[in-house]
Amino acid sequence: MDVFSDSYNLDVYVTGFLWILKLTAAGTVGALVIGTLLAAMRVSPVPVLRGFGTAWVNIFRNTPLTLIIFFCYFGLYSTLGVTLSDNLELNNYWLGVVGLSVYTAAFVCEAIRSGINTVPAGQAEAARAIGMTFRQTLTLIVLPQAGRAVVAPLGSILIALCKNATIVGTIGLMESSNAMKDLINSNGDKVFTIFFIFAGTFAIVLIPTGYGFGWLANRLAVKR
Amino acid sequence: MSTDAVLYDHPGPRARARNRILTVVFGVVLAGLLYWIYHRFDEKGQWAGSLWKPFTQSSTWTDYILPGLQGTLQAAAIAMVLSLAFGILFAVGRLSDHWWVRIPSGVVVEFFRAVPLLLMMFFIFFGIPFVTEKPMSPLWAVVIALTLYNGSVLAEAFRAGVRSVPSGQSEAAYAIGMRKGQVMGQILIPQAARAMLPVIVSQLVVLVKDTALGYIISYSELLQLGVNNVAANFGNVIQAAMVAAVIYIAVNSTLTAVAGWLSRRTRRSGKAPRAPRPAGALVGTAEP
Repeated sequence: MDVFSDSYNLDVYVTGFLWILKLTAAGTVGALVIGTLLAAMRVSPVPVLRGFGTAWVNIFRNTPLTLIIFFCYFGLYSTLGVTLSDNLELNNYWLGVVGLSVYTAAFVCEAIRSGINTVPAGQAEAARAIGMTFRQTLTLIVLPQAGRAVVAPLGSILIALCKNATIVGTIGLMESSNAMKDLINSNGDKVFTIFFIFAGTFAIVLIPTGYGFGWLANRLAVKR
Repeated sequence: MSTDAVLYDHPGPRARARNRILTVVFGVVLAGLLYWIYHRFDEKGQWAGSLWKPFTQSSTWTDYILPGLQGTLQAAAIAMVLSLAFGILFAVGRLSDHWWVRIPSGVVVEFFRAVPLLLMMFFIFFGIPFVTEKPMSPLWAVVIALTLYNGSVLAEAFRAGVRSVPSGQSEAAYAIGMRKGQVMGQILIPQAARAMLPVIVSQLVVLVKDTALGYIISYSELLQLGVNNVAANFGNVIQAAMVAAVIYIAVNSTLTAVAGWLSRRTRRSGKAPRAPRPAGALVGTAEP
């Protein structure tokens, strides 16, 4: 434990997890917004929108996140000159958020779409029978019920997002995995302590979160 | 509920007109976006032939991309076999009647599922050599980390699968005098594997993608050789990343197509138990 009594080392640890927290927060918002829009596109009556949604999902779901983050930095920023902030560190952070959102949105879209499939057809038919439009059917009838069915898969997607946030370390952000690498390299005699503190932090936060989502999913599930 | 044409009425004249307008508006926005990308590329000279030409030369493929793809597939193949074994072992462990097997298996599975893969890889690659005083090969760092993570996810999938097998199956097996090991190995696991096949294959897609993390610890896989090294030689990051992405998408789409085919096949035969589905919730999705 004495590795972390050193104030510099403690600072590295805390900063690392703060970055993970910030990446997760912004990534969650981005992924949920884009993912829901994509899901709406994929079930809409307009073929171009459906095609766009399908293409997005197939491209980003099958590409490694490492490659996407790599592309955000070396492609978008270095080559094409897309800058999201004047501060170099914040710029890396926002590039990471873009990569994470774009990637995770594909999974969110698929989760919501399979949630829509759990809503019995009678619900949408009844909505149409009383004259609701596509938008009303979707937002008032189908999505609220689908949302309750997708709590569990969305939970595991968001937990995965939190773990995937470490990959933003590829483009030089000092998040937790880079922080651990640095601490290991400067304290070679306490490798296990350092690993168990870092891994343990993730485990202590994410395992109860997982069970929490499971409990919530059960509670919210539409009993049919 | 099948999504096509249940959410909306068959379009009449007004709906068709509205859909056409939406198509045009979205098409224009999309075209504008594509043009902006095209323009941006043009501004930075990214359409220059010299940047794309390397991909028409066979030496680029034989020196970088194909060896990289081989590295990716090699790590993925070893990790697939090991994580399937790890998954079955720990699923059985978690279902054991003995608490001293069940609890440690549960702890291992929950722990490795919660730890980010990259953290695990860094620990194995940079940390373990301090203990063993021998350098760790990047291939094994990638394979071990992938096995621990994906094996744990698969263990949960198998466990859910075993629990979805109707209890009559194991009762019948016990009734004809089978022992615990035989019931598990000959009755429950084969049926669970069929029920969870789509989930297992989509987890394998995740595994293939995660080999790309090997790039960070300098394992010679597709991202390292096909993007990083190609770009270092020809200065064409964007082009190299696009080619690599197409290869990844091709490999993973093939795996996904196999998963879909398998899932249709098991459904048609009607023999496999359905994947468990507690009231209104979806379970058994792969973890990205």
